[in-house]
Amino acid sequence: MATGTEPPDTEPHPRGGGVRSPRRAAIAAPHLRTDRWWLAPAGTAAGLLAFVVYSTWRAFADADYYAAPYVSPFYSPCLAERCAPMRSGPNWEIFGPWWGISPAIIILIFPLGFRLTCYYYRKAYYRGFWASPPACAVAEPHRTYTGETRFPLILQNVHRYFFYAALLVALVLTYDTVLAFRDEHYAWGHMGLGTLVFSANIVLIWAYTLSCHSCRHIVGGKLKHFSRHPVRYRAWRWVGRLNARHMQLAWASLISVALADLYVYLVASGAFDDPRLF
Amino acid sequence: MSGYQARFQVWRGDAAGGGLTDFTVEVNEGEVVLDIIHRIQATQAPDLAVRWNCKAGKCGSCSAEINGRPRLMCMTRMSVFTRGETVTVTPLRTFPVVRDLVTDVGFNYTKAREVPAFVPPPGLGPGEYRMMQEDVDRPQEFRKCIECFLCQDTCHVVRDHEENKTAFAGPRYLMRVAELDMHPLDAAAEAGLDRKSTAQDEHGLGYCNITKCCTEVCPEGIKITDNALIPLKERAVDRKYDPLVWLGTKIRRRRD
Amino acid sequence: MTVVDRQEWDVVVVGAGGAGLRAAVEARERGARTAVICKSLFGKAHTVMAEGGIAAAMGNANERDDWKVHFRDTLRGGKFLNQWRMAELHAREAPDRVWELETWGALFDRTKDGRISQRNFGGHEYPRLAHVGDRTGLELIRTLQQKVVALQQEDHRETGDYESRLKVFQECTVTRVLKDGSRVSGVFAYERESGRFFVLEAPAVVLATGGIGKSFKVTSNSWEYTGDGHALALLAGAPLLNMEFVQFHPTGMVWPPSVKGILVTESVRGDGGVLRNSDGERFMFRYVPDVFKEKYAETEAEADRWYDDPDGNRRPPELLPRDEVARAINTEVKEGRGSPHGGVFLDVSTRMPAEVVKRRLPSMYHQFKELADVDITAEAMEVGPTCHYVMGGIAVDSDTAAARGVPGLYAAGEVAGGMHGSNRLGGNSLSDLLVFGRRAGWHAAEYATATRGARPRVDDTQVDLAAAEALRPFSAEAGAGATGPAGGPPENPYSVHQELQQTMNDLVGIIRREAEMKQALEKLAELRVRARRAGVEGHRQFNPGWHLALDLRNMLLVSECVARAALERTESRGGHTREDHPSMDRRWRNINLLCRLTDPTGGLEATDPVRGQIALERETTDPIRPDLLALFEKEELVKYLAEEELYE
Repeated sequence: MATGTEPPDTEPHPRGGGVRSPRRAAIAAPHLRTDRWWLAPAGTAAGLLAFVVYSTWRAFADADYYAAPYVSPFYSPCLAERCAPMRSGPNWEIFGPWWGISPAIIILIFPLGFRLTCYYYRKAYYRGFWASPPACAVAEPHRTYTGETRFPLILQNVHRYFFYAALLVALVLTYDTVLAFRDEHYAWGHMGLGTLVFSANIVLIWAYTLSCHSCRHIVGGKLKHFSRHPVRYRAWRWVGRLNARHMQLAWASLISVALADLYVYLVASGAFDDPRLF
Repeated sequence: MSGYQARFQVWRGDAAGGGLTDFTVEVNEGEVVLDIIHRIQATQAPDLAVRWNCKAGKCGSCSAEINGRPRLMCMTRMSVFTRGETVTVTPLRTFPVVRDLVTDVGFNYTKAREVPAFVPPPGLGPGEYRMMQEDVDRPQEFRKCIECFLCQDTCHVVRDHEENKTAFAGPRYLMRVAELDMHPLDAAAEAGLDRKSTAQDEHGLGYCNITKCCTEVCPEGIKITDNALIPLKERAVDRKYDPLVWLGTKIRRRRD
Repeated sequence: MTVVDRQEWDVVVVGAGGAGLRAAVEARERGARTAVICKSLFGKAHTVMAEGGIAAAMGNANERDDWKVHFRDTLRGGKFLNQWRMAELHAREAPDRVWELETWGALFDRTKDGRISQRNFGGHEYPRLAHVGDRTGLELIRTLQQKVVALQQEDHRETGDYESRLKVFQECTVTRVLKDGSRVSGVFAYERESGRFFVLEAPAVVLATGGIGKSFKVTSNSWEYTGDGHALALLAGAPLLNMEFVQFHPTGMVWPPSVKGILVTESVRGDGGVLRNSDGERFMFRYVPDVFKEKYAETEAEADRWYDDPDGNRRPPELLPRDEVARAINTEVKEGRGSPHGGVFLDVSTRMPAEVVKRRLPSMYHQFKELADVDITAEAMEVGPTCHYVMGGIAVDSDTAAARGVPGLYAAGEVAGGMHGSNRLGGNSLSDLLVFGRRAGWHAAEYATATRGARPRVDDTQVDLAAAEALRPFSAEAGAGATGPAGGPPENPYSVHQELQQTMNDLVGIIRREAEMKQALEKLAELRVRARRAGVEGHRQFNPGWHLALDLRNMLLVSECVARAALERTESRGGHTREDHPSMDRRWRNINLLCRLTDPTGGLEATDPVRGQIALERETTDPIRPDLLALFEKEELVKYLAEEELYE
């Protein structure tokens, strides 16, 4: 065989596309994997679906999102006139009375966009929902494939802008967490179980946000010579270590943000009383 | 563990057709799939075609699909299978088959030629190169590649879509572009070659949907997706899709 | 007449390892249209297995290093049998060859100030090995491969064809070098994929096919190492030099059986690994030979201090040249102090933190973890000697790499003899490939240019004979009546090969005895007869059984050279150890043993079991040039050189 690609002049057997293309080894099965390869995409799809259902319900509910001193992360910052009043909380009435639906919709677009264009979530839903591919070396069901070369998927390239937005959202949620160190009468220096839930959530949100691949690129990955930028090199290495856990952080922060919201819902709806620690 | 008889199914045939052939073959302690293929060759099917060289996971010749997963035969130990399990070995299913377990991997050599070579920095002679370890760490990871082509084989962009083979270089050669773009002394940019945009425009980086199968199958444990492809995508964004960075470079260039 | 495809080239390089590719690059850059033929895929050559590094006296790690020190080390390592001019050229040119790789994109590990980092290795006085972790060979091959591609891209820009001036014929095997009178006229080869024959007509052929390790059972070499180039040269009428010197690398894996022989890099010792026997003793202290006494530590404490303060202390005896270490391990095992699986213990786990082990020896960590379930950061490895390298090879002219007696034939790399004397130092192989690969390519290109207008002609009869020879295994089943020796059922080439490996391993192995080698020669003769009956099933398309049947000819020829030369040399030196002649004999210092085909015309028909195919010839070497001799202390020379050499 020369280094060229001239195919041998044997008559190929006529068959389908992909792994069944002519000239490839004649194997009818779309894959020969014997392990439970479907488990990971199925689990991913189920997990993401559960979150989508829950968050859609909560986002459109427009109720039970504030229980002093806690505001649901789905509704923070709350930017409509219709928002529940929160003392020194992150609500600014930018959207007037004409905004008729849940104020969560205004702000959720940013974290949602961040996660939707995230390099990990892309993998997760391309595999879990689109089956493109369902698992490694398992044939995908689509006849054609252009990946992220054209609209709409080419828009995935704006990920870094959602990252900038996600930084702002994370700042607001940090502020919320600080506010959570009050009691229900807005007195400072108190903690409840909710404070712990919020603290855990904000740590995970920051870890997830900073572990972002775009962040890694911006802090130092784009450089050609680390040796000339020692500070950025150190930052890049630190982000790199977080980045290695991007998937775990994506799931952990997804769950924690849902739990933080659920906690607020339970307290606000009166199903549960926030146990005060001090 | 003493020896036992294992059941194997090995694909035999050529471009005109073929199928799985059953073998019952002896397996001893510590053996790998390649040992078993060799035993079949020596005792039952002397003309069974298979590629191999170093038998130590360093040359990347004995790539095949074992129970449907792209792997090196020399690095797949028999102890990962149960004794009752039938082990199925087929050639790589992304490339045209030549015979039995041997495929025509010419696609990869064609793609290798399409990536413009390292451009030496002008004005630096042999022996004058100075590079810091932290600067060579990144491209060195990619140079661990043994060119087993398992990533190219598993990548659904070409595995499931023959027609994409012209436009898409595959993970190995996109990683090569990343390697050169991160090489501390590569002077391609000065020579008028922007590897960041050509990754997208000429080597099909946009086809990659970062589903990470290349990383999953890499026998060298190279983080192809996280360390090569995604950083390359971000670099392409700098050039093509980020108006702020674009504006920034314009302004800076004017100042120069 | 057999119809085969014919192409014209200026230079044909056989082998695409480090030497072959370096030769091809050089020939192409000097304007010769160059074809490279290799048995495997392009980029898979055995060079990728080299782990430790490239020895070159760049003086980055210790500025006192220079080519003279390197030359001295090389000669000491080879026990002064080296073709000294080669050793000189090698030591002088190696740094340039390494730096040149950087300009082609190689990325070596760096020193703090950004230069190429250099590591310690057995037999080298200073840290000298340019390296990339423990995958230096891969870096070398990849760099050369990418340089070839770069040249092809250049040609593509100019001519529209990537392969107009430099083409790689991958997965093709050369079975004959063709000749026009005494001159080379081309090569006869087959394509593995299709089984088709073809002829490349060329006035110059560079052999760069590597070694012969596949004739031994326990070996670190891959299937390709069947001594093709050695045999091709013999069959073309060129002599082989000092074939008795086969290097057994001291540290190969010994367990599990299926990986027995796989290399454990010398860097493990260079970076601090120590050898212990089953009593836990660091036994190497007992095995420092007299010639090296002043250079090696006598106590563990001194040896351990050396890693941090190499100038104030002597080096640990684990870093003795490979032949010494291999023999020591062999003795320990034989005397009952071996590890459970018949090796000794090589330990890094107690010497450095797990993190450091993983960083500095990543592929060793990986190799033991994956293949033997051993975590080398936590437990000792079990290692034993494995056939690794042949110092002997085609006799060449030092400056031009031209094979003796056959105009147009060149050889470089492991297939060429002389450079390493009786024992090669670690790291000197990769530099050898580069230095002499370049020289072979250069002189082959020059020779080819000079013959323009008077190109040698390919003789059709030779092509027909070569084709018939290559097809013989397919007719073997017919009882081999017409062409082969009388009678006997067809042989399974795999069984013949296994018996050959066992024979060489047991009878011409690391420790040799006269009676055993005689026995080996008888066995080889028997195998040679049987190999002629080796039959194959199936057809010519990618048929490994057929390929092996053809390779057997080469392995048998080369094995006979090794056995005959080993029987002849009645001393122990470097890679040749005789139990019945245990010490080095100064009278043998300047004796080369040359192997030639007994019957160059009827080489194909040499089937007589009694007569053998190889004739030996003794040759006295040129005296070492005085200025080079002056680099050594008189006291040291006395140990190696005969009286009359000293006072000449």
